[in-house]
Amino acid sequence: MKDIKFLKVIVFTNSLVPLALMFWDWLHNRLGANPLEFVQRTTGMLTLIFLLLGLTITPLRKLTGFNLLIQVRRMTGLYAFFYGALHLLTYVWFDKFFALQEMVADTFSRPFILVGMFSFLLMVPLAVTSTNKMIKRLGGKRWSRLHKAVYAVAIGGVLHYYLIVKADTSLPLAFAFVLALLLGYRLLVNHLDEGKAKPLSIAPQSRR
Amino acid sequence: MLIKKADSIKSSEITDKKFYLNRRFFLRGAALAASTVATGLLYRQFAVPSAEPPAEVEKIAGVQPSQSAGSNASEGLTPRGDITNYNNFYEFSTSKTSVAERARNFITRPWTISVEGLANKPRTFDLDGLLKVAPPEERIYRLRCVEGWSMVIPWIGFSLAKLLNEVEPLSSAKYVAFQTLYDPKRMRNQRSNDLKWPYVEGLRMDEALHPLTILATGLYGETLPPQNGAPVRLVVPWKYGFKSIKSIVKINLVADEPPATWNVAAPSEYGFYSNVNPKVAHPRWSQARERRIGEWGTRPTLPFNGYGEEVAHLYQGMDLRKYF
Repeated sequence: MKDIKFLKVIVFTNSLVPLALMFWDWLHNRLGANPLEFVQRTTGMLTLIFLLLGLTITPLRKLTGFNLLIQVRRMTGLYAFFYGALHLLTYVWFDKFFALQEMVADTFSRPFILVGMFSFLLMVPLAVTSTNKMIKRLGGKRWSRLHKAVYAVAIGGVLHYYLIVKADTSLPLAFAFVLALLLGYRLLVNHLDEGKAKPLSIAPQSRR
Repeated sequence: MLIKKADSIKSSEITDKKFYLNRRFFLRGAALAASTVATGLLYRQFAVPSAEPPAEVEKIAGVQPSQSAGSNASEGLTPRGDITNYNNFYEFSTSKTSVAERARNFITRPWTISVEGLANKPRTFDLDGLLKVAPPEERIYRLRCVEGWSMVIPWIGFSLAKLLNEVEPLSSAKYVAFQTLYDPKRMRNQRSNDLKWPYVEGLRMDEALHPLTILATGLYGETLPPQNGAPVRLVVPWKYGFKSIKSIVKINLVADEPPATWNVAAPSEYGFYSNVNPKVAHPRWSQARERRIGEWGTRPTLPFNGYGEEVAHLYQGMDLRKYF
């Protein structure tokens, strides 16, 4: 279907806009006094934003009936993983210069890093099993159960942000509020559906 | 009602498929472009590139080089634009890159500083009176933020000791307490609960009298821009930046250790002393290394921020892990 393809082009392109602008600002020396801190913070925020966007798709689809949305959920999740990987890279490269021992020590002595690492590592199997082939291989039910882990990733991500902030917790709390709404919606739906045996269905998505 | 029959449209009126597809292509291109621009503008709302605002500063006349040991760091200076656009000054904003813009219209004249408490001659200084206490000196100091970044800043100011001598502290005065202006109308973020306002800080008397401890009234040869703590701030180069309290209105000589804002906010994270110490980690940051603003790499953090020779003796016999 051509419309799906176009929707995907829109989402794919728009998701790259922050990265493109960051790169542009970097070229023009406009990232401020501490460019690395800026890139680190911004990629972290983008990871959370894409995680929350991904979690918004199912409720939004059900509430509006705009079913095409499900076709871009995978891409949204993969962008969360992509920005998360960039975020981690800024730490591994520019904070620790690939010193493995230091990173391990850091991870286990600082809860916010531990939570962040955990959330990122949990995203890896989700990204790896995001292909149609893997969905088929795992079977819809198992795949679906595995991908429930995204809830833990999002909770961990928001907690990671909350823990690093020194005093003004308004932004992490805003993320937490949105996440609570999205997870609360699911709890409510689950609760209402209890008793009605409802088959989980996740069909491999169209690639085009 | 008149309903056209399908065959009433002449075949010559049907849009050619080629044009139809062209139109579709055009609309899609427009949709893609518009959404991209919208996303870009949204991103710009949150990720503001920093630009130097036109802060009103004046040249300071008669600046002398400092004679105090350790007051001329030999490292390269941090560019002025970085010093004035990357500020922790929560009274205006908790975003370091927003402070300059939010503080731009902060008016600092008239301004008074009351020096009071355990002193023979407590006194309130207006700004001109304060500037007459001692000639302005240039002090090139490293500034190490508790967040792990650092700068080299050419301050203009004079030793706090010179001001304290003016009021003749009593021997019962063991500590010096400092207070920032409290005026939520001018310092908008004082309406938040981000910290307990007004911001307060404190030093032990021997720290306050140390020649490296200065009241700064300028940087780079000009009066302080608002975002850097105008019109007068403390600079204690061997302590983390938050000890160097900005926009001071009150200096109180006291007998007991006074409260310090960050220490009150999170006692397990920020001690009263807060000397720069690579061996004592902050719970969320290792303090072993720092990033000098303008550099890609990191460098080791030095004990007392490199001022150990001048100040280590003040803490002889103290367990600096306990009194962090």
